Amino acid sequence: MAIEVRVPTVLRKHTEGERRVSGDGAHLRDLIDDVGDRHNGLRAALVADDGSLHRFINVYVNDEDVRFMQGIDTPLSDGDVVSILPAVAGG
Amino acid sequence: MTTVQSRREFHLDSDTYDDLVAHARSDVPYEVCGLLAGRDGTLTAHYRIPNAARSMTLYNMDPKAMLHAMNEMDDNDWDLLGIYHSHTHTEAYPSSTDIELAFYADAVYLIVSLQAPDAPQIRAFDIVDGQVSERALVVDGERASRSLIPRNARRAGSAGEQTSGESR
Ligand SMILES: [Zn+2]
Repeated sequence: MAIEVRVPTVLRKHTEGERRVSGDGAHLRDLIDDVGDRHNGLRAALVADDGSLHRFINVYVNDEDVRFMQGIDTPLSDGDVVSILPAVAGG
Repeated sequence: MTTVQSRREFHLDSDTYDDLVAHARSDVPYEVCGLLAGRDGTLTAHYRIPNAARSMTLYNMDPKAMLHAMNEMDDNDWDLLGIYHSHTHTEAYPSSTDIELAFYADAVYLIVSLQAPDAPQIRAFDIVDGQVSERALVVDGERASRSLIPRNARRAGSAGEQTSGESR
C-alpha cells in the first residue's frame, strides 16, 4: 500500500527538500506516524499535543479537506494523495 | 552612487496592482484574499481565493481553492511570491492576527487598505517569526509612495481579466 504525500515548501525542511514522500497507513493518523518516523519534525508540524491535527494546518485526502471527513481518523486507500498546507489566514 | 543598502523591494505591474484594488473593492465591507505566483520574481498568476470567513475583520482562505492554486503553482514550478488580503476599515499594516498566523515565511504579505475608500493603499511586508519588516512596493519600476493617489479611477468590470486559476 502506498500513499503519496505532497509536502509544501514550508515543510520541506522536514523532508530533506523532497516535495513528495510516500508512506503507508490505513488511516491518516497511521500515515502521519509512518511518514513521521522517517521525516523527523513532520509529525510535530501536523499533530498537536492532544493528538488531533493542528488547527491551522489543512490536510486533504485527494481533493477533500479532512475536516469535512473524519479528521485524523480519515481512512485511506492505496493510491490516495494526501496534501498538506498551512492555513492562510489572518485578520 | 549610493552606499546605503536599499530596503528590500516587492515588484508589481500596474495591472496587477489595479486588480488587487478591484478585488478588495469587490466585496466591501468584507475582507478578500488571494495569492500571487511567479518565477524568478516575475508574476505568472494571480489567484483570487474565496474568504471562507466572509468577515469584516478576518480572512481564512477557502481550503479547496487554495489547494488547487498551490498545486498549480507546484506543477508549474512557480513560487508563491505573495499572499494578499484586504483591510476594509484599517490601515495597510499587519494586525496581531496577521502576524500570529503568518506561516509562509518565504512569501511577501501584501495588505490592501480601503480605509480611505478613494485612496486605496497597498503595502508589502515580510513576516518571519513574528517580526514584521516592510518592503518597498515597486509598481512598474517606480516606488509607490505611501499616500498613493488612486492609480486608476474604479475600473468596474475589469476585475476578472488577468486572473487565472481559482478566480470566481
Ligand atoms: Zn490583516
